[in-house]
Amino acid sequence: MKTPVFISIVMVTFFSDYISNDVTINNSYKIGDVVSDFELKNVDGNMVSMSDYKDAKGFIIAFTCNTCPFAQAYEGRIMDLDKKYASKGYPVIAINPNNPEVQPGDSFKAMQDRAKEKGYTFPYLVDEGQHVYPEFGATKTPHMFVLQKTKKGNIVRYIGAIDDNYKDPTAVKTKYVEEAVDALLKGEEVKQQETKAIGCSIKA
Amino acid sequence: MKYIWLLILLGVLSSCKDKKSSSNSNVESSTEIQDVSSKAKTVKLDVYNFNDFKNFLNKANDTTYVINFWATWCAPCVKELPYFEKLNQKYIDKKVKVILVSLDFPHLYDSKLKPFIVENHLKSKVIALDDVDMNAWIPQIDKDWSGSIPATIIYKNKTSKFFEQSFTYELLEVETLKILNK
Repeated sequence: MKTPVFISIVMVTFFSDYISNDVTINNSYKIGDVVSDFELKNVDGNMVSMSDYKDAKGFIIAFTCNTCPFAQAYEGRIMDLDKKYASKGYPVIAINPNNPEVQPGDSFKAMQDRAKEKGYTFPYLVDEGQHVYPEFGATKTPHMFVLQKTKKGNIVRYIGAIDDNYKDPTAVKTKYVEEAVDALLKGEEVKQQETKAIGCSIKA
Repeated sequence: MKYIWLLILLGVLSSCKDKKSSSNSNVESSTEIQDVSSKAKTVKLDVYNFNDFKNFLNKANDTTYVINFWATWCAPCVKELPYFEKLNQKYIDKKVKVILVSLDFPHLYDSKLKPFIVENHLKSKVIALDDVDMNAWIPQIDKDWSGSIPATIIYKNKTSKFFEQSFTYELLEVETLKILNK
């Protein structure tokens, strides 16, 4: 039984969608991997890279956006992380991975407005062309990565949620990101290196 | 046999095109809005913590369960809901049961979720999962699930498959039949 050529082509295109997605996820950073630097546009128009931060001991990378209700619920806590840890050497760098053509509420203008209105003390970068988030293996917003700067480069030490209660910041039992950064600041190993949480899938 | 594939593929192609969802009715009269809100008040919504919800994941009988995790704020979830509805209707006599598990924020159950159920005439069973300790329960659903939605489990008895992805109707039907015919 011969399958007509055009159907074969359609089938290949159709299934390769799923295959390429899997490959992206499998090749993304794991705990202990060295992260490639990025150069992304900030809401102030300047380009930002991790190498700009000469005195940093590491980074709190937050994949987040304007539109996701979970990202909104955590926005204040991301701002607090920067206030608490930037001076200790772990600044927040927020990256919006969503494609504004798919999610108009995440346009560059909307990002600028939000950063200004809320008074972000950290860069809020556009992942133009949606290239950086797949390298990290971010799948949703918010999705956090704690990196430690070493001689080998910036190493992934924590991947996951900010804490264990999106609903009520005052009812949080474990602040995952803070525990990770605190451990690194003390020169200790991060105990809980990965956590899971519900989030909005990235609109690419 | 090859015609089945042809049909499936044509279905996939055409489904990619109909982006406009019919739920985007632009002008609604105030009486219709009142109608929705009064009907929404009568919607009974069962809310579970994960411990109680677990019972939906391991029912040992000959029904095929299609369990979809979604939320009204999740655009790709809302887009694929009609496919789950269609599956539920089409296979209602074949022991297929769709359960739509909402992960909406509890404070929006009355203002968002219930009116959504009424407006979209959802026939499948809708329940809500409210359990903040996500890191405890997400890996129990599937160890590889990052927590991004939409996500779906299709299972019958001990045979189960997990999907962290969006579906077309055709793909959803194919995957359901694979489990159904086990």
